[in-house]
Amino acid sequence: MASGRSDRPTIYLADPDTTVVKVVVAGGFGVGKTTLVGAVSEITPLRTEELITASGALVDDMAGLTDKTHTTVGIDFGRTTFHEQQVTLYLFGTPGQPRFRPLWEGLASGAIGAIVLLDTRRPGDSYWAMDEIEQRKIPYIVAVNRFPESPPHDPAQLRAALDLDPATPLLTCDATDRVSARALLESLMQYLICHYRQEEST
Amino acid sequence: MTGPGGRRRLVPAYLATAGSATATRNTVDRMTVLTAEPLPLPVGLEPAAHRILEKLRPGALTLVEVAAYLQLPPSITRVIVSELVDRGLVRAHASMLNPQEATRAQKIDILERTLRGLRKI
Repeated sequence: MASGRSDRPTIYLADPDTTVVKVVVAGGFGVGKTTLVGAVSEITPLRTEELITASGALVDDMAGLTDKTHTTVGIDFGRTTFHEQQVTLYLFGTPGQPRFRPLWEGLASGAIGAIVLLDTRRPGDSYWAMDEIEQRKIPYIVAVNRFPESPPHDPAQLRAALDLDPATPLLTCDATDRVSARALLESLMQYLICHYRQEEST
Repeated sequence: MTGPGGRRRLVPAYLATAGSATATRNTVDRMTVLTAEPLPLPVGLEPAAHRILEKLRPGALTLVEVAAYLQLPPSITRVIVSELVDRGLVRAHASMLNPQEATRAQKIDILERTLRGLRKI
């Protein structure tokens, strides 16, 4: 699990001129975002403490510290370096509760794509995150995280319930499993390549 | 670390040295890769700035990683790092592929490289 402790050894980037790619993993509370981030990360996921005001707005300057009551929310993220490709991929678990909307500005900004994680026992918990990603026009895939207790789901029904665009992939994964998590990211990359290619032709 | 004359894509020198705080802030975000310039630590630095420089001394990290390791809020880290970049103590590498600014060809290239990387590990 993520930890904010500073006594952890620092894992530096091998190449400061690497290209950084950001992907957002969003979904409801307890849907497995941090687990998925951890499954593909080369470092134990790190956690930042984001400062927010009582109303949920992000505190983004020093002045905000003095005159407002503030609290923090932990954001977990992981990193995977592909040395040969000179690419470093960062995955950010992004909270899917509406009260964290102001945080999304900083967290989602610059994301090349997103994964919306879904728990079929409470799919509604991820609706808000899906809307937020759509509004920001970030291309995304939806992945059902298979929990041992999850009832079997009918993909067609789930698609209808989510009102998914026919082009948006709906997949399943086991966020605790490295191979499964990596396959999910591969699917995301393939989808994003198609998505941006089509953008080119329009 | 890349030495002088090293490869590519640093933020423009006028921003890294003499730009105003407001201008520099726009070039540094949570995904910016940072390295410390190989200079002696100046005296009289505020403690948080000192810790950031010390953290970056051995190598490169993104701003958000610096914030996580030092348990500083990223928003505050960004303000301090912007000042350190202004003062020429920290180098901001123009490292993130921003989908809003990148061309489609650049986006597809980086996605294909990421996919190749994922398939190899």
